[in-house]
Amino acid sequence: MSELLILTTIAMAATPLAFAALGELVTERAGVLNLGVEGMMLMGAVCGFIAVASGAHWIVGAMVGALAGAALASLFALLVLGLAANQVASGLALTIFGTGLSALIGSEYVGTPVDKIPAIVMGLDPMVFLVLALGLGITLWLRRTRRGLVLRAVGENAEAAHAHGHPVLRVRLAAILFGGAMSGLGGAYLSLAYTPLWAEGMTAGRGWIALALVVFGAWRPGRLLIGAYLFGSVGVLQLHAQSSGALAIPSEVLSMLPYLATIAVLALLSTPGLQRSAPAALGRPFRASH
Amino acid sequence: MTALLTLHETTKSYGQVCANDRVSLTLNAGEVHALLGENGAGKSTLVKTICGLVQPDSGTMTWRGEPTALPGPAAARALGIGVVFQHFSLFEALTVTENIALGLDDGHANTDLTERIERLSSRYGLTLNAKAIVGDLSVGERQRVEIVRALMQDPALLVLDEPTSVLTPQEVEALAATLRQLADEGRGILYISHKLSEIRHLCDRVTVLRGGKVVAEADPKTTSPEALAELMVGQRLPQPKRASSLSPNAPVRLVIDHLSQAPNPFSPTGLHNVSLSVQAGEVLGIAGVAGNGQNALLAALSGEVLAGSAGTIILDQQPIGHIHPQGRRTRGLAYVPPERLGTGAVPELDLTDNALLSTYRRLAFAVRGLLQPGKVAHFASNVVERFDVRSAGISARASSLSGGNLQKFIVGREILQTPKLLVAAHPTWGVDAGAAAAIHQALLDLATEGACIIIVSEDLDELLMLADRIAVLCDGRLSAPIPVTEADATTLGMLMAGEPVDAAA
Amino acid sequence: MLRLEARPTPSRTMTLAAPLLALALTILTGALLFAGLGHAPGPALYHFFIGPLSDRYGLAELGVKAAPLVLIALGLSLGFRAGIWNIGAEGQLIAGAICGGGFALAVYPAEGPWVLPLMLFAAAAGGMAWAALPALLRVWRNTNEILTSLMLVYVASLLLRLLMNGVLRDPDGFSFPESRLLPDGTLLPIILAETRLHLGAILALAAALAVWVLARHTLVGFQIKVAGLAPNAARYAGFNHNRLIWLTFMISGGLAGLAGVGEVAGPMGQLVPEVSPGYGFTAIIVAFLGRLHPAGIVLAGLVVALSYLGGENAQINAGLPLAVTGVFQGLLLFFLLACDVLIQYRPRLNGPRWRNKR
Repeated sequence: MSELLILTTIAMAATPLAFAALGELVTERAGVLNLGVEGMMLMGAVCGFIAVASGAHWIVGAMVGALAGAALASLFALLVLGLAANQVASGLALTIFGTGLSALIGSEYVGTPVDKIPAIVMGLDPMVFLVLALGLGITLWLRRTRRGLVLRAVGENAEAAHAHGHPVLRVRLAAILFGGAMSGLGGAYLSLAYTPLWAEGMTAGRGWIALALVVFGAWRPGRLLIGAYLFGSVGVLQLHAQSSGALAIPSEVLSMLPYLATIAVLALLSTPGLQRSAPAALGRPFRASH
Repeated sequence: MTALLTLHETTKSYGQVCANDRVSLTLNAGEVHALLGENGAGKSTLVKTICGLVQPDSGTMTWRGEPTALPGPAAARALGIGVVFQHFSLFEALTVTENIALGLDDGHANTDLTERIERLSSRYGLTLNAKAIVGDLSVGERQRVEIVRALMQDPALLVLDEPTSVLTPQEVEALAATLRQLADEGRGILYISHKLSEIRHLCDRVTVLRGGKVVAEADPKTTSPEALAELMVGQRLPQPKRASSLSPNAPVRLVIDHLSQAPNPFSPTGLHNVSLSVQAGEVLGIAGVAGNGQNALLAALSGEVLAGSAGTIILDQQPIGHIHPQGRRTRGLAYVPPERLGTGAVPELDLTDNALLSTYRRLAFAVRGLLQPGKVAHFASNVVERFDVRSAGISARASSLSGGNLQKFIVGREILQTPKLLVAAHPTWGVDAGAAAAIHQALLDLATEGACIIIVSEDLDELLMLADRIAVLCDGRLSAPIPVTEADATTLGMLMAGEPVDAAA
Repeated sequence: MLRLEARPTPSRTMTLAAPLLALALTILTGALLFAGLGHAPGPALYHFFIGPLSDRYGLAELGVKAAPLVLIALGLSLGFRAGIWNIGAEGQLIAGAICGGGFALAVYPAEGPWVLPLMLFAAAAGGMAWAALPALLRVWRNTNEILTSLMLVYVASLLLRLLMNGVLRDPDGFSFPESRLLPDGTLLPIILAETRLHLGAILALAAALAVWVLARHTLVGFQIKVAGLAPNAARYAGFNHNRLIWLTFMISGGLAGLAGVGEVAGPMGQLVPEVSPGYGFTAIIVAFLGRLHPAGIVLAGLVVALSYLGGENAQINAGLPLAVTGVFQGLLLFFLLACDVLIQYRPRLNGPRWRNKR
């Protein structure tokens, strides 16, 4: 196995995680915890796949995937912003619904072949570079622009932001929709590039790993991207270990590695310092009091 | 004098409650105008009306003679009305510059803004480091951030809502100088407070609000404090009295011996070698501005944070430093926490359930794990009756009670456990005068029966009224207690600021 | 424009009506969904909701599916009340299935009356052990229990697959990843003749009673209630939050483990890789639908069990894809969360007050 190919595969494994995690990072920086990433990724995967399988260009497919993710996220926004419902339960509802709906929509497309997203350089397709650029863009936007400042403020203290006249609910809505679109993109990348096929539940927990990556990144895009690549490596390396049969370890055990690694990382990282980097208003519903 | 803002017959109701009843008010340029009223009189509703957060149900407003309306905070800002609220709207994880930028209509947190902030703050004597993170600032410094933020917009009228509840006496002086400077520049100042002494000292005119109505307009310098107090409260409230005074030979019941606590997220200063002793029947007051170790001391006393060694805290000759809250309550500790809704009581639960919160061990309300609802209800009824808690009954939710009534319930719940030691954290904060008087009397009655009481409060007037001795917490260190007969605001103020004081032997 | 106004006290009518309203909305949306898929809504709804209940066997099957849902949801409800989110019940179910089934296979071909109780015990212990890691990490390192318990679901399912391909595989089978069929004496006794309704249903009802007593009449139940409503008050009262975390995780893990062995020693009769159609996740819906209350959970368990049967029935009789079941369950939870708002808030028609223009 050439080293270049392994690096390429790592990048392709990291990219869907990075898309979803960056989207969730923006959502969480605005103070909203959206546990529905898995469901939004699956909807993005199936809708993007169907678009391309029906003849669309892969860019259109990716955009359809993003729209699907955002559409599902809008249901979450309705519950959590419009009705101030419990964010944990609403996110779980989103995952369960998205998983079921994607299975329903995609049931006829299981086994259909599509063309993979073409590579442009070093065997890497444009989305790999796009997500890195997005990471940089989000960092600058949060730190340097006024809108970014307002979003951070909303995530720190929604009541104070409201008192200063900032449109808290509108900011959170935009953040949720952005997160949904990014998760949808990540999902579409899975079904259009990583393994160009559709299968029920094909994210296999990547949405949850993306949530863990936001914590790993201490809510900062740069660290998050590093985490995505680390997890991508664990996933790819264990697959190679399985196929090469070099290690006398059963394939099921190797497949467990990404999940066990996530647990280990979360446990090691949960220091009081990390908890303080979390947006202070994360998970708390906002009700305007007049 | 040019009138800046006038309100004419402004009325605002919330459901059945009329918060502002045909209130008329004129605020002039160059004048420091006080709005005096006790908690619950309608001051905050009026302030929210003035800054556009709330729209009155009826009434008119004019600005510089022209009729106007304030549909939102932006409209108020556009006219030139700046507000500094009692509860700060600050973002603890962001810098001072970022915080101020968020309060401006088109603020960018850049070096230009940082320079403007530093120029403005030094001009008015409000020293600030614009690059500091707000979470690291003291309460007084945070207020300066709020004031600078309001001043950045060059307001014609500046509204300050209870600005001195978090300041030391010396900081109050500094603020007064700043306000004078602003007034001399031709700005109008609206100063909302319930502290008579400050109003008489600082303000040119005072409007007294009671029960939602304006009951008087006066010149504070020529009106007596008693007259103002009576206007504010509407009756002569009896001063709380002790039935019998503290006996100098009363046995010592509580000893704290060199208690220390490392600084932590809940208490940035921690505690350094705090020692004190309290006699039976004594009320010990602990003064100090928030953020100087009060949280740490309360946590250490209640048992939420255990002391290093058992003997650090001794109650009735029993070491309890290593015992958890439940165990301490069984041994006679009672605690009225600083926050009533959310800590002292669960808002969504009824009074019966809330009665169980601190009593289940000491009053044995759970036998082998099973609850005894009958006994709990009986106790709750007792509390409601003995302490005149106005509510819809013991099945009323805690959140449906007014602040004063809920506080009476909580204090009553603790007192009816016949504790040996009662620790109370600002027991009458945000409570109407009637309930405050009742609570003060109840505390003094408990002292008369021989319990020892520790009151931790920022309200010097309260401590001077109730305590036998007062000690001051500053930077985690406790000063030697001073007998109340020798304590006054100036001395205490210096101790609060950390200045050494020649204490009488 | 619709506005929400806070009610002074929560509406008792809505507390009971919200689940019914949610169910009605789900059925309505379902009808639209069926139509959108090209099926006549009327017959499809019939096959989904009425069809499965049309005979005695069908009603018994309702109990077969409801039993594990109710068992798991009861355990979850305690944690959810306290704000402790065990989302990995599916993994704890699998661990229970492995331990309970594994025990029976270990003592094979023994089938004396002592085997089944020990199987149940082993299953509960297995579920508790699987729940121990998220609890430990939460108590020790304050690690988010949602993510840790969830990751362990994937680990458990891979572990089961490993054992099914290895040690626990039927040696006399044809290399299928399945275990031996368990001997009759180790299976849960059937309580309704000529159906598959087994003792698990009785266990579920007994558990509901036990949880009701715990939540309503014990100090621990009060501690759970306060911890969920006001964590600061819980600390003030001296309640030990770590103990609550352990307690709720152990109870939900144990009950989920029992649900797991209930499948193995019940309708399946053997250990297979697909030991549960996602009961651990669906039980979350049951818990919320049942208002986190034992009586509600029993009823909600029956409703959600119907959605499983309905999906299967609609697939056979109306040609609908089985995935419809998942969609229905997700919709039900969505509508329930939406309708729940009406308990605390009253809808009013008014201008938009919550939009703040800058």
